[in-house]
Amino acid sequence: MSKLLINRRRLLSTGAVLGASTLFAPSILRAQTALKVAGIHASPVENAWNSVLHAALQAAHDEGMIEYTFSEGVSGTDYPRAMREYAESGNALIVGESYAVEREARQVAGDYPDTAFLMGSSGEASGDNFGVFGTWNWEAAYLCGMLAAAMTQTGKVGSVGAIPIPEVNMLINGFADGVHAVNPDVEHSVSFIGTFFDPPRAREAGLAQIDSGADILFGERIGTADAARERGIKAIGSMIDYTPRYPDTVFANALWSFRPLLDAAVADTGAGNPTGKNYTPLSLMKDGGNDISYVEGVAPAEAVARMEEVRAAIKAGEFEVPRNFEEPA
Amino acid sequence: MSVLFDILGSVGMWEAVLRIATPLILGTLGVLLCERVGVLNLGIEGIMAFGAMIGWLTVYQGGDLWTGMLAAALGGAAFGFLHALLTVPLGLSQHVTGLGITLFASSFAYYVFRLAVPTASSPPTIDPFQPLSVPVLSEIPFLGPVLFNQTAPTYLAVAFVALIAWGLYRTPLGLAVRMAGENPHALDAQGIDPIWLRIGTIMAGSALMGMGGAFLTLSAFNSFFPTMIQGRGWVCVALVVFASWRPGRALLGALLFALFDAFQLRLQTVVDGVPYQLFLMMPYLLSIVALIIMARRARVPQALMQPYRRGER
Repeated sequence: MSKLLINRRRLLSTGAVLGASTLFAPSILRAQTALKVAGIHASPVENAWNSVLHAALQAAHDEGMIEYTFSEGVSGTDYPRAMREYAESGNALIVGESYAVEREARQVAGDYPDTAFLMGSSGEASGDNFGVFGTWNWEAAYLCGMLAAAMTQTGKVGSVGAIPIPEVNMLINGFADGVHAVNPDVEHSVSFIGTFFDPPRAREAGLAQIDSGADILFGERIGTADAARERGIKAIGSMIDYTPRYPDTVFANALWSFRPLLDAAVADTGAGNPTGKNYTPLSLMKDGGNDISYVEGVAPAEAVARMEEVRAAIKAGEFEVPRNFEEPA
Repeated sequence: MSVLFDILGSVGMWEAVLRIATPLILGTLGVLLCERVGVLNLGIEGIMAFGAMIGWLTVYQGGDLWTGMLAAALGGAAFGFLHALLTVPLGLSQHVTGLGITLFASSFAYYVFRLAVPTASSPPTIDPFQPLSVPVLSEIPFLGPVLFNQTAPTYLAVAFVALIAWGLYRTPLGLAVRMAGENPHALDAQGIDPIWLRIGTIMAGSALMGMGGAFLTLSAFNSFFPTMIQGRGWVCVALVVFASWRPGRALLGALLFALFDAFQLRLQTVVDGVPYQLFLMMPYLLSIVALIIMARRARVPQALMQPYRRGER
């Protein structure tokens, strides 16, 4: 109740519509000032996935669209507490990840119906205010695979992934499908390191891939490209642009952007629309949610041209990259 | 089957073994020293994290790689001193203190890292140790690249095994260390203070743990992630039991564990249709089996986990 009272009082002081019901009060108020948005990151913000969220939120903050505060490295046991704290302190939208706390996060959302939540999740949206999103950059991975197939000399490419959860699987399958679309004879092997944060191990897995003959690596995890650099072969990055970090090694990246999802959730929250829905489709390439970036002149020109054709087709909605959540073999 | 032999016969795998083993060798030696003197040190996981951070940070701030290693050793020793202070003169529970040190040191590492380095999309990098080819020796077929084309800290880790084995069994100081872990009263009767000896040895052991952590950020990788130790410290604690508290066997245990790991990473890429979890389990599973076989003959230091109080029977 105290929250509603504050809203009413602020509303009066700004001299806005007196007759508006409390239901509409928050939306009118929020339209005038930057929306208060909190980010709760389960990992350090340097982790590639979180860094994409963090960068989008920070950019929106710098543009004056939102007022962004965040916590990082919040453990699962502490996560619901952090959610409550940010909800209590008047944030209109809370962005984070509920992978480790699916049930508790939904409970918290139920307790704070006036706060919108947008959570990376393996589950479904719930209620009016608990929205979810997945990480879909598999279309970009497909395009990267097309380039890799045209570049391999040994006829073998390898992927290094964290743990075969659906989103990781989809990404690696997307890459493999792209490879096979160009050349069905190219062999694709995959190894998982069994954890999300162990770059030295990802590097060892990459070296193991190279030892078994792979000469292009798709690094779902950071550390993979270190192996490629060490042995002088090429690698592909995922999620963020790894080319500046590995200039002569990473020639293409399957980029993912959180911005379209964030913008939609902020718009919904600001307008007072229910946010309890699945925002994942905004990750699609045709909505600008994921795309390939590549260094010019590394892949053969005809391979790039063929890839660009498919890229244009995806963006035009004429081609759909197969979506496969199964564990890659 | 030929696939298995291909993997086992490849230079790449054996090269990886020593590389994967290095942080484990350093950490295991550290735990071994602490336990030989009678104190369990479960702070290792956090001390490795702090060592990884402070070593990396030193280099990031402009120090050279060996200064980074030294900083990691000093940082480890500092946490070792804290652990020793609580467990030796104060005689607190070694389990609880150790776990507390782990929580404190890893969180503190994260905190210092965040204060010192602005957030970025991927953590900043340093130039890590490069493989150092030993002249002539590295030309030996197979053995050359496997043994003599590693980074400098790997050679250092192996040298530490020899040094500690020699020190423990061939020097008066080593005798005193072993005695502090077997019968501190007898040691005291000889005029050597077990309290200070324990504190000093725990600090030395913790310094090795710090260096083990620093290997991950200065050689195995070139950035620091607050969560990158990933249980390597706990593996070291188990390896000490496997080693029956002997440095030579500690080396063997670390190499064996690394061998299974390097092997499974390569098996994953060639064997289809087997859940990858089975491969990932391999090093741990086989370590348990080896532990069962080896631990039967293990001689536990008699005063392990018993605080020493002067004059108490």
